[in-house]
Amino acid sequence: MNGFVENLPILSIVTFTPLLGVLLLLTIRADDEEIVARNSRWVALWVTLGTFLASLLIWFNFDTGTADFQFVEQQDWFPDYGINYHMGVDGISMLFVILSTFLMPLCILASWDAIKTRVKEYMISFLVLETMMVGMFCALDMVLFYVFFEGVLIPMFLIIGVWGGKRRVYSAFKFFLFTLTGSVLLLVAMLAMYFTAGTTDIPTLMTTSFPFQMQFWLWLGLFASFAVKVPMWPVHTWLPDAHVEAPTAGSVILAGVLLKMGAYGFLRFSMPMLPLASEYFTPLVYGLSVIAVIYTSLVALAQEDMKKLIAYSSVAHMGFVTVGIFAATQQAVQGAIYQMLSHGIVSGALFLCVGVVYDRLHTREIDRYGGLANNMPKYALVFMLMMMASVGLPGTAGFVGEFLVLTGVFQVNTWVALFTATGVILGAAYMLYLYRRVIYGELTKADLKDMADLSRREIVVFAPLCVVVMWMGVYPMSFLDVMDASVANLLANYHGALEANAAAATVADGIRLALGR
Amino acid sequence: MTAIPSLTPALPEIFLAIVGMVLLMVGVFRKQDPIGGVTALSVLAFIVAAVLAMTTNAAETVTFNGLFVVNAFTGFVKVLVLLAAGLAVVLMLPWAKNEGVGRYELPVVMVFAVLGMMMMISANDLIALYVGLELQSLALYVLAAFHRENARATEAGVKYFVLGALASGLLLYGSSLIYGFAGTTSFAGLADALTNAQDNVGVIVGVVFVISGFAFKVSAVPFHMWTPDVYEGSPTPIAAFFSVAPKIAALSLFLRILVGPFDDLLMQWRQVLTVICVASMLWGAVAAIAQTNIKRLMAYSSIGHVGYALIGLVAGTQDGARGMVYYMLIYLLMNVGTFAVILSMRVKDRYVESIDDLSGLSKTNPGIALVLTIMMFSMAGIPPLAGFFGKYFVFVAAINAGLVPLAVIGVLASVIGAFYYLRLIKIMYFDESLDAFERPDMATTLVMSGCAFIVVVFILLPEPLLAGADAAAAALFAG
Repeated sequence: MNGFVENLPILSIVTFTPLLGVLLLLTIRADDEEIVARNSRWVALWVTLGTFLASLLIWFNFDTGTADFQFVEQQDWFPDYGINYHMGVDGISMLFVILSTFLMPLCILASWDAIKTRVKEYMISFLVLETMMVGMFCALDMVLFYVFFEGVLIPMFLIIGVWGGKRRVYSAFKFFLFTLTGSVLLLVAMLAMYFTAGTTDIPTLMTTSFPFQMQFWLWLGLFASFAVKVPMWPVHTWLPDAHVEAPTAGSVILAGVLLKMGAYGFLRFSMPMLPLASEYFTPLVYGLSVIAVIYTSLVALAQEDMKKLIAYSSVAHMGFVTVGIFAATQQAVQGAIYQMLSHGIVSGALFLCVGVVYDRLHTREIDRYGGLANNMPKYALVFMLMMMASVGLPGTAGFVGEFLVLTGVFQVNTWVALFTATGVILGAAYMLYLYRRVIYGELTKADLKDMADLSRREIVVFAPLCVVVMWMGVYPMSFLDVMDASVANLLANYHGALEANAAAATVADGIRLALGR
Repeated sequence: MTAIPSLTPALPEIFLAIVGMVLLMVGVFRKQDPIGGVTALSVLAFIVAAVLAMTTNAAETVTFNGLFVVNAFTGFVKVLVLLAAGLAVVLMLPWAKNEGVGRYELPVVMVFAVLGMMMMISANDLIALYVGLELQSLALYVLAAFHRENARATEAGVKYFVLGALASGLLLYGSSLIYGFAGTTSFAGLADALTNAQDNVGVIVGVVFVISGFAFKVSAVPFHMWTPDVYEGSPTPIAAFFSVAPKIAALSLFLRILVGPFDDLLMQWRQVLTVICVASMLWGAVAAIAQTNIKRLMAYSSIGHVGYALIGLVAGTQDGARGMVYYMLIYLLMNVGTFAVILSMRVKDRYVESIDDLSGLSKTNPGIALVLTIMMFSMAGIPPLAGFFGKYFVFVAAINAGLVPLAVIGVLASVIGAFYYLRLIKIMYFDESLDAFERPDMATTLVMSGCAFIVVVFILLPEPLLAGADAAAAALFAG
């Protein structure tokens, strides 16, 4: 590892650079609104690009050989309460930091022309959002984690509510209140953990063993929060509304990063800290996930709104993730993480695809389109690649994750694997159906004929996404290597805890038996 | 005949009393109404009194034959009360000028109200407590009705007086019962006398009466009915004052008396207080939803906040006391900031109070809209703003005291509450804009931006703000 980066508080730099950008944006003042808008766009773009480059330093200097937290920073914060400013990443969280910083500049670019009102405030909201997301993945203290986790709500509420579609107010409230209800229960669970362990430090809590009775309730508290965020069936109903009404870039971030927060929470808290309860509740998670995969796929098939269709497909894809996590085998968990990353890229790109035509025709109704392949060949190509990746075609990012999850789950529970696998077929059905209706067919509608193909700016947005999708499909090792050690360590501890408990139970039974006789 | 008692512990109070009387004289002998000068002088007096309060509390000192006590706790809370009063007076001056009711008595009466609060904070005897409480209450009744040509203000004053007198009666009756069964009124004496009083029905009934009286003063459910009417009717800067200073004073006295002399009855008063606390959180959140007047909304919001602060008291531990003191500090900042925003709601030379008047504020007055947004998110308890930490620390105390259900109810009530706070944000950001507000004056702008700034950066440097609160809570449990 090179010493220069080692000595920098690189995680804090990546986390808080966007906030510096906010300060910069606040200084922009001019009488002409157009000038303010243009300056704001450029400032936001450069800041997010800079953040992305800085975050690459984390990846290049990341040591894949260890499961320990790296780039750790620690500072007193509320010493009386055992709360510290503690940051660090391991193989599980590092790639999500990169994912967040990678998507951000693309979102700014995608909003370049689409957002015309209050551009400065829009950019401020996005930069604040970036700080919250990156900080959440880096936080190694529960209170710090919670601050970032909840802080996301403020900018996202405003993004949906101010720049959203017709039913934006309803959607923004629904999003906020659903998530908040879950989160406050997480807060109570956190406080209870603090009460038992005397600290909110995540690495310390990972080595604390809570009694089963307590794990049971804590797990439910955490589950309330993370299940809403993932979202799992039946608390997913906020997602289609929020996605449909949010501006394109908002949907990208929602699908790309915000949904991962819930699954990340399972990996960071539920599994390592509450292994017994996690095992106990695994059937529940399986059940809800399988329902999510099949039910929401069927719902997606019936959608008339493109964004809604992709939103439901997200719920189905996240069902794979939760199944994978709780299957608790090396392949399944790695597959789940991989699926999260690829879904982050692919669904983000799909929302951008919808955004492209929405910007031109201002409708998302599938029936209004058709035959776009004739006059928008480049668009048709990009859309096809992303559609295939979403379906899970080998050679694209989507395949690796789904395949690993299914292999992993198959070893643990054949039936769950079988039911989950039907999701792949259904996924192909609704995505191909969507693609056929939008892209193929005769180009008959007059207003469609005037639509221009991808502009240069849009090509700049899609090019990196296409490259990453292929790269993740063809050479997954560059990502899997990173998470290898951390996942192995997580699972070793998890199974270790389960075995220790089983052994203890056997001994206790033995004693009881001996005494009884 | 005993010697003259030591006056040093009571210096801030003596100073304020003298200032109040001198200011009255100044007002009487000046030809023109000197409200500007008197206001400036009273702010100055508050600052001096705060400095005195900070310097005279080094060690726990009792004087006036055990009637009066100072320690780190009373010192800290007095500073909070003086801060709240100072900010309210600053906010009042432009209002008084705009409304043409500038009379110098206004700041003077506030000085006397604050004096009463400081007396009750330092009370070490049921009688001293009552005297301080009545001094502040009488001053507050006058303040509520100060806009005497205004029918609603008069109504507010009368309502406040009648119900307040009833509450004082309850308190007094409770005190008499306690005296009757315990044989003393001094806090120190009561602490000894009540050690084994868990079965003493007379004392417990007395304690419940005292709690009821206090619950009225802090406007906790079910003794909250006066709050929305009084907030709505009384002049806005006075409502700002009502919503912080007397509440902080009464809450801290509540805390002092329950964890002090009544500590051994914890299991008895905890039941009563739990009901009050839960009811306040829930009703504060639910009833606020239907409000259309922003002052009424703030009244219900303050009822809810009192409920959260009381969680710390229900816990009855040092943690709880600390959480409660934190909560009061943060609540002060949020509330004063919000009322500064309400005071800048002026359209065409007229103050407006309807929530709908905020419509589209983010376009017409982005600065004010931003401040109010910060305050609303903070009151809803969304991190990273200060309001979150206020809630966090009382919940910590509740869980540490084994009161998990209380914490769960608290967080769920905060979700309900979030709805109406969000509604204000929605109106400001998502709705079409109306007439722009007039530019607020310098003082109001400073107060609101200062409060917003502290609420935002609280997360960065909590230590200096909280150090005083830590010492305060520790002093309470030192004995």
